[in-house]
Amino acid sequence: MIVNYGYTDGSGDYYIVIDTDKCDGCGKCVDACPQNVLELAEDDYGDIVVRVRDEVKSKVGYVCLGFNPGCSKNEVNCRSVCEHDVISHTW
Amino acid sequence: MIVAGVDIGSLSGETVLMRDGEILSYSIVRTGADSAKTAEKATDEALDNASISFGDIEYTVATGYGRVIVPFADKNITEISCHARGANYLFPTVRTILDMGGQDCKAIKCNDVGKVTNFAMNDKCAAGTGRFCDVMAEVLDEPLEDIGRISLEAERDAMVSSACAVFAKSEVVSLLRKGTPKSEILSGVHEAIATRVFALLQRVGIEADFVITGGIAKNIGVVRKVAEKVGMNPLISDEPQIVGAIGAALFAEELCKKAKHKDRSKSQ
Amino acid sequence: MIVAGIDVGSLSTKVVLLEDDRILAANILTTGEEGVVMARKATDEALRKANISFDQLEYIVTTGYGRKSISFAKESKSEMMCHAKGAYWLFPSARTVIDIGAESSKIIRLNKNGVVEDFVGNDKCAAGTGIFLDTMAKALEVSIEEVGELSLKHKEKAMISSMCAVFAESEVVSHVHRGTPRNDILAGIHDSIAERIFGMSNRVGIMDDVVMTGGVAKNIGMIKALEEKLGTILHVPEHPRVVGALGAALVARDSK
Repeated sequence: MIVNYGYTDGSGDYYIVIDTDKCDGCGKCVDACPQNVLELAEDDYGDIVVRVRDEVKSKVGYVCLGFNPGCSKNEVNCRSVCEHDVISHTW
Repeated sequence: MIVAGVDIGSLSGETVLMRDGEILSYSIVRTGADSAKTAEKATDEALDNASISFGDIEYTVATGYGRVIVPFADKNITEISCHARGANYLFPTVRTILDMGGQDCKAIKCNDVGKVTNFAMNDKCAAGTGRFCDVMAEVLDEPLEDIGRISLEAERDAMVSSACAVFAKSEVVSLLRKGTPKSEILSGVHEAIATRVFALLQRVGIEADFVITGGIAKNIGVVRKVAEKVGMNPLISDEPQIVGAIGAALFAEELCKKAKHKDRSKSQ
Repeated sequence: MIVAGIDVGSLSTKVVLLEDDRILAANILTTGEEGVVMARKATDEALRKANISFDQLEYIVTTGYGRKSISFAKESKSEMMCHAKGAYWLFPSARTVIDIGAESSKIIRLNKNGVVEDFVGNDKCAAGTGIFLDTMAKALEVSIEEVGELSLKHKEKAMISSMCAVFAESEVVSHVHRGTPRNDILAGIHDSIAERIFGMSNRVGIMDDVVMTGGVAKNIGMIKALEEKLGTILHVPEHPRVVGALGAALVARDSK
């Protein structure tokens, strides 16, 4: 399942896109995120996969630095640690 | 085996009772301040309609906005998954679902068994939800249920921006001042909302067949504009409100069977 | 040499007349439907205040939302550049400019020479703009001039979780129905805008000193909420609404 967490508002598209079929639930991305955006949880079909935390969903574009300034400077981020290319961003 | 699906939304609560994959009965009640009470009320009504008692229900799945506070539910499942499953039950050929209510808009893609393969939701920006229509109907002083019909009389669309309901509202006010016919303004309003909805649908990908559920399905103006953009005539369900509860009941049935199977293998 | 800067905003048109390093006059008018007519009227009023004639203006630069429609001007420049220039001229220590106008908000980062390094803006969505505040003030039946002072008298800030002005308005209405005190709601509204601006600031970073411009800078409640959220002091010019026009006038002066 591909899940688009986020929203479109007047200033652009802000979605964190997670492909849960590729996710093995290792949790490395959860530890790598400096903004505490991600968590592991069981989905509706019984798999443990990564998802965006509820509190963050309505402000994804602000909280997640989306490897814009802050995050790209980090040596690790959610995308660099993932071996299966699970997470992408639309901005 | 009798199971229940309970969907507690922000405006209404629904319960669907199912026996071996067949709908026994359903109920729709208005949501009160206490979602546990709403769930109880909806379920009691559905039980009455089917003339069975609470003890006959073997498994209950809750879904919707208030799903975490249904005390008698065995499991909670998101409204996205339940909606896809329910739509698949009603229309087995459906692959793309647009569910649009007063506060949010969901685009869901599912496979042949109703499993979600891709979804996106907007509940952060009024411009992409039914709320956009509410605001404009109020400015134009026309009843919400009439604006679809009125918009069909338009020969052209007035320009209404789709990015923000507040900005669009001032555009509509100035169009009115200039004497633009209401039908043209409304047609422009529906075009704007369809633009946003179409973008959400494109995010998940559009595949035949396509169904529209939720309150917006009743607005022929929006339905027509969306159909134009998608290039497909949408299916429309008769009881768009209970789609989620049907899905929840189907999940309940599957989970109940699994639980029984486990018990059996344990006792052997 | 006398020059003029005109900032044609969505709601109001601002004019600044400048002679070298001296502001001769400033003027603000409501924009209206015919941008160019109001811009000329606003300019003429400013000229009258300064007691000079239109022919004495050697160069005119426009900026703002309607800047391209002003036929009597020589040149038009982006709001970003003009706000940066105006703020830097008033506060040479400025490294960040937060501008919240009627229908837009932006954050501009400057280097020590006043050159724009990075910016982020929103002019397509009412969230985090003056019109958001306006909508909420109307819902609460409070005049926009009062909201700042009243919000400072809050006891416990009300929670407004929606960024969208339409959804936030419903939250405000349901707070009223629940009997939440008006001042608490106002404080919550300011916090909600501050949250949005803080979010934008994550993308460009905030560096001291921070200058706030635009009509919303006149709202003390908003200033306090932003200072708390950003963890820094905001420097507010005496006339925050005309900073863009001042910047345009400075561009005019320097291009001669």
